[in-house]
Amino acid sequence: MTEPLALETSGLTKVYGSGHTEVVALRDASMQVRRGEVVALLGPSGAGKSTFLLCVGLINPPTRGTVTIGGKLMQDGPRSLGDLRRFRREHIGFVFQKSNLIPFLSAIENVQVVGELIGRPSSVARRRAKELLDALGVGKRAFNMPTQLSGGEQQRVTVARALANQPSLILADEPTAALDSVRGRQVMELFRDVAHRHGTGVIVVTHDHRALDVFDTIYEMEDGLLKPAASAIARATVAHA
Amino acid sequence: MNLAVRDIRHSLGRFVLTTLGVGMLLMVVMGMGGIYRGLVDDALVVTRGIGADLWVVQRDTRGPFAEVSRLPRSLVDRVAAVPGVTDAREFVFHTIQREHRGKPLRMGVLGLGWPTDKGEGLPLIAGRPLAQNHFEMIADESLGLGLGERLRLGKDTYTVVGLTRWLVASGGDGIACFTSRDAQAIQFDEPGESIRLERQARRARADEIDFGRTQPGVLDRASGPAQNLAALPGPSISAVIARLMPGSDPASVQRSMSGWSDVTTYTGPQQEELLLKGSVDRARRQILLFRVLLTIISAVIMALIIYTLTLDKLHPIALLKLIGAPTHVIAGLILQQSLIMGVLAYGVGYLIGTRLFPLFPRRVLVTNDDLLRLAGIVLVISVLASLLGIWKAMRVAPNEAIG
Ligand SMILES: Nc1ncnc2c1ncn2[C@@H]1O[C@H](COP(=O)(O)OP(=O)(O)O)[C@@H](O)[C@H]1O
Ligand SMILES: [Mg+2]
Repeated sequence: MTEPLALETSGLTKVYGSGHTEVVALRDASMQVRRGEVVALLGPSGAGKSTFLLCVGLINPPTRGTVTIGGKLMQDGPRSLGDLRRFRREHIGFVFQKSNLIPFLSAIENVQVVGELIGRPSSVARRRAKELLDALGVGKRAFNMPTQLSGGEQQRVTVARALANQPSLILADEPTAALDSVRGRQVMELFRDVAHRHGTGVIVVTHDHRALDVFDTIYEMEDGLLKPAASAIARATVAHA
Repeated sequence: MNLAVRDIRHSLGRFVLTTLGVGMLLMVVMGMGGIYRGLVDDALVVTRGIGADLWVVQRDTRGPFAEVSRLPRSLVDRVAAVPGVTDAREFVFHTIQREHRGKPLRMGVLGLGWPTDKGEGLPLIAGRPLAQNHFEMIADESLGLGLGERLRLGKDTYTVVGLTRWLVASGGDGIACFTSRDAQAIQFDEPGESIRLERQARRARADEIDFGRTQPGVLDRASGPAQNLAALPGPSISAVIARLMPGSDPASVQRSMSGWSDVTTYTGPQQEELLLKGSVDRARRQILLFRVLLTIISAVIMALIIYTLTLDKLHPIALLKLIGAPTHVIAGLILQQSLIMGVLAYGVGYLIGTRLFPLFPRRVLVTNDDLLRLAGIVLVISVLASLLGIWKAMRVAPNEAIG
């Protein structure tokens, strides 16, 4: 395979604090995500899933280990290689559990701003934002401010924002926690469609075992240790699908 | 899409109120500057209006504005005879405070050198210059007198025939112009009884000297009005003002009078300097310092406001960083808001100020130069104020947007 992986991490370790307050949140995590692959990340609370996404998303530097995105080595231990912020806006899309919309921008502007940040003309960015909102079923709420949207609507706008820059990697941390199971599944399927259509690598942290059939690969994390689908429930669910 | 404008629109009420507040602060800064200029200008308006090339005052005094100066009227003719002088006039100026319509009325009394000076050169806004050598006056509008209004000063009643604007003494009192004889009559207004006693005493003095005994006419006059007494000194004047021939050097004219033991001379600019360094100096410096202080305070307040506005936005700013917004976008957001606030506040200050200042009891003179300078200062303040906010925004980590 000559095509570079969407994501490759090796030996990713993150230690918070020091001395007796030291917490090892991530131990030697290695993961490979192909282009177009949709990965689920399971695990109990406090296992280190969010920490993993923050390291991979070039937001929190790891204590040790490397992060390679789209064949580009971006993070080597705490050392960042290249302009991380620029890389984030061009190649990575984020969705978090709590919706994180900019409060002074309307729904459509929240999506549009991402397009403008990567240098698209305002009108192009806006058109694309409208398409995304329509596709996510919140086109009618485009001109509402975030506070006027329900939790589910906010989350769908956030997903639209994560897609706006046509990223090569989407990182979603419990994106469906605030949605009902139907909507939750729709979002997961949307991720899969985007991944398959555009060759985007997707990692979704989720607790929703009913939607696991959407995923190509399932990882599990416990106490900072990352391992491919070990849990019986996960395997059973995938096998069942 | 302009993030600064979006954010302002989102919290419009708060932004408007804050801008109004800053605007009023800037208005006070503007006003302080205006009061300063007004004070300086008022101090000079009389001297400039008179346009004298040379002021001749009582020896070793800084008269006639900064302190009292008294000279004999005959000095006018002496000054007129000096080479280089084209025209010498008496100058009478003093301040009085009388009752009018039950209220205290303070005014500067300025004597015009009738008949050569009828007040045509004054900044008249209504009425006319003086037309007769007695019982008419030109009043500044700040005195609150109307055209045709009659005012009793001393034994005589004067009619207001003209009104001026911003003709005030350095203390801020409005000036009324009379013929210099009337001005002196007002200044040396004495009760009838004291005049009778003075005339008797004068007659008695005349009786005792040869001149009185040999010239019976003098005795007659001694019991009459003082101004008819050529040989006896009349009421004094404040100064003599001289105009010089075009092209003549004031310094050389001053030199030729330097031998006179009873006078000191000042050129026009020297007189202005005396006024600024003398009577209004403390007030001027006081206001100047206060103005500097106010400017610094507005800068601090604006910086704090922009800083708190930024603190309120730290979460969205972290989010912008998370989605990869470059530094200049975030700094631009804060800087633009600061500039928008500065510019709008300046406009608010200007609009309120220009409506409010004319209602002040003393002149608030807002010059274009001062307005431009303040605009520049506001721009600099806006930029500096935003630096504190930008510094804070730069230190926000993107992961503060999560959780
Ligand atoms: N900023 C931090 N400072 C110190 N400890 C942290 C920090 N963030 C997370 N942790 C700790 O790291 C561990 C993993 O946390 P997290 O990645 O949030 O887990 P998960 O997302 O799987 O619930 C937890 O023990 C948590 O308390
Ligand atoms: Mg988490």
